[in-house]
Amino acid sequence: MKILVCISHVPDTTSKINFTEGDTKFDTNGVQFVINPNDEFGLTRAMWFKEKQGASVTVVNVGGPETEPTLRKALAIGADEAIRVNTEAIDGFAVAKQLAKVIEDGAYDLVIAGRESIDYNGGMVPGMIAGLTNANFVNNCISLEVEGTNVTATREIDGGKETVTTALPLVIGGQKGLVEESDLRIPNMRGIMMARKKPLQVLEPIATETETTSVKFEKPAPKGAVTLVAPDNLDELVNLLHNEAKVI
Amino acid sequence: MSNMYFTEEHQLFRQSLQDFLKKEVVPHIDKWEKTGTVERFIWKKFGEMGFFGLAYPEEYGGLNLDLFYTVILLEELQKINSGGFAANIWAHTYLAMTHVNKEGSHEIKEKYLTASITGEKIGCLCITEPFGGSDVAAMRTTAVKKGDSYVINGSKTFITNGVYSDYLVVAAKTDVDAGHNGMSIFIMDRDTPGISATKLDKLGWRASDTAEIAFDNVTIPASNLMGEEGKGFPYIMQHFALERLIMGINAHARAEYALEYARQYMSERMAFGKTINKFQALRHSFVDLYADMEMCREYNYMVASRLNNGEYVVKEATISKLKSTKMADEVAYQCVQFLGGYGYMEEYPMARLLRDSRLGPIGGGTSEILREIIAKMVIDKKEYKPAAK
Repeated sequence: MKILVCISHVPDTTSKINFTEGDTKFDTNGVQFVINPNDEFGLTRAMWFKEKQGASVTVVNVGGPETEPTLRKALAIGADEAIRVNTEAIDGFAVAKQLAKVIEDGAYDLVIAGRESIDYNGGMVPGMIAGLTNANFVNNCISLEVEGTNVTATREIDGGKETVTTALPLVIGGQKGLVEESDLRIPNMRGIMMARKKPLQVLEPIATETETTSVKFEKPAPKGAVTLVAPDNLDELVNLLHNEAKVI
Repeated sequence: MSNMYFTEEHQLFRQSLQDFLKKEVVPHIDKWEKTGTVERFIWKKFGEMGFFGLAYPEEYGGLNLDLFYTVILLEELQKINSGGFAANIWAHTYLAMTHVNKEGSHEIKEKYLTASITGEKIGCLCITEPFGGSDVAAMRTTAVKKGDSYVINGSKTFITNGVYSDYLVVAAKTDVDAGHNGMSIFIMDRDTPGISATKLDKLGWRASDTAEIAFDNVTIPASNLMGEEGKGFPYIMQHFALERLIMGINAHARAEYALEYARQYMSERMAFGKTINKFQALRHSFVDLYADMEMCREYNYMVASRLNNGEYVVKEATISKLKSTKMADEVAYQCVQFLGGYGYMEEYPMARLLRDSRLGPIGGGTSEILREIIAKMVIDKKEYKPAAK
């Protein structure tokens, strides 16, 4: 089984977020980047298929040279090879078009993408690449088993789970549940040393178009000051919740 | 971080190490600080990750990497703010194991170095004695050859990993009348009859296992002699360069950690209607400390680079420890001050950092001894040469 894991290069969750150019661009100054957590759950599941079922695992990213350390980390975790499509990830559709080309050229059986990246939270790419490559699609995937070309997957739905069966070729939008946080792997020294010997192929992008343009970003309003209410002053508490917070 | 010394692989290692320490070590630090014992499982995990083998030959399971991997290991160990835990790790990896690697026979390396790299065996280095710390040549512990054995008698003190290690690398006099030329280095298992250890209570480094060790007619095979008989002193002096640089690097790293913590704190702490990082007295004080830290850090990187290139940097490493540990003490003192009352509280990191830092100008050669060594080299033009092996 040939697996392709799509890796987004996203800011670490502890990063301080700022925007530049009139709030139209994300300010990357001083930001540490990591593998998108939803993708990392998928990558870790892919390693299980590699070790238990002999699958090959390729990781792919659409982005500039600055994303290569993130791909190297995926190689250090255990992926066999990496591909970087050398163009800026402008919007979901443009990224999906580039990935679809990689998928078609590589004839992958299973494509694992995170259900969304934690930076722009578009959540579009997995569904789009399934559509563009005419593959089956399971979103919000929290469990995945493959026997031959038969697939059993579990999806997270509102308040519960849904188990579905389908077949390869398949695209999933993965998330926590594919593996647990405790299963995530920290690259050891052997992995880090081997990563530099593994192939990292840089592909030039195909011509594509974008369907959306970012006009403006806004941060949430800063949290207000805390108002302390004495435990015996319930009338004041109700008054504040009703008239100031407007939650009751 | 300087790109002059650190490649993409170095950075990937640093990130992995940070993730590992955060996940596997940090949750246990407070407990180990209280018990003074680092549990065994973490040694095995360090071994599995390959962290003990950074600087050692592939033949024995190591990775034979450049010294900047070691620099990263040391720096990140300081930045989880337990000088004691860090000391346990680096005393094993760079004090005990350095002697095993440089002076040990192939058989000794197969037995001890391989198991040290996997984390199955922990080592300690026993040089300092109750009656002579800095005066290494005056040591009283003796090793008397009897047939195919040596019999060791004497005592050592302030030994990191002294209670819980599996093997000991011990300096002893094989010729009591030969001064510097009468010292040799031995390796022995913890369970050899006649070895006993007493744990010591101390100001800082509380997670570290520090002991006084007694040797009472400890009989070991003659093959446990490491290197040549009588060469112990130059072996020790040779490795002191690395040890001193390690302590210099540790110092700049904990100062960097303290300053970053204080910078963040000062950007949030309000007084008189503004954050305290707006008060000029604090800003200038902070910047003076930051500048001193950065001078030490860049100097230490330069010394590490030269040591990595095979230069004998005994003077430079001595300067590194002398200046960096003084700087770190000043940074720790002032960072407590930046935090005010919170700086004195145990639930904030500066209290531990202050007491841990105080070991810097004492252990591995006091600042007074270091000044003497530098004076001999700079003023008296004395030259130190590396040992033959």
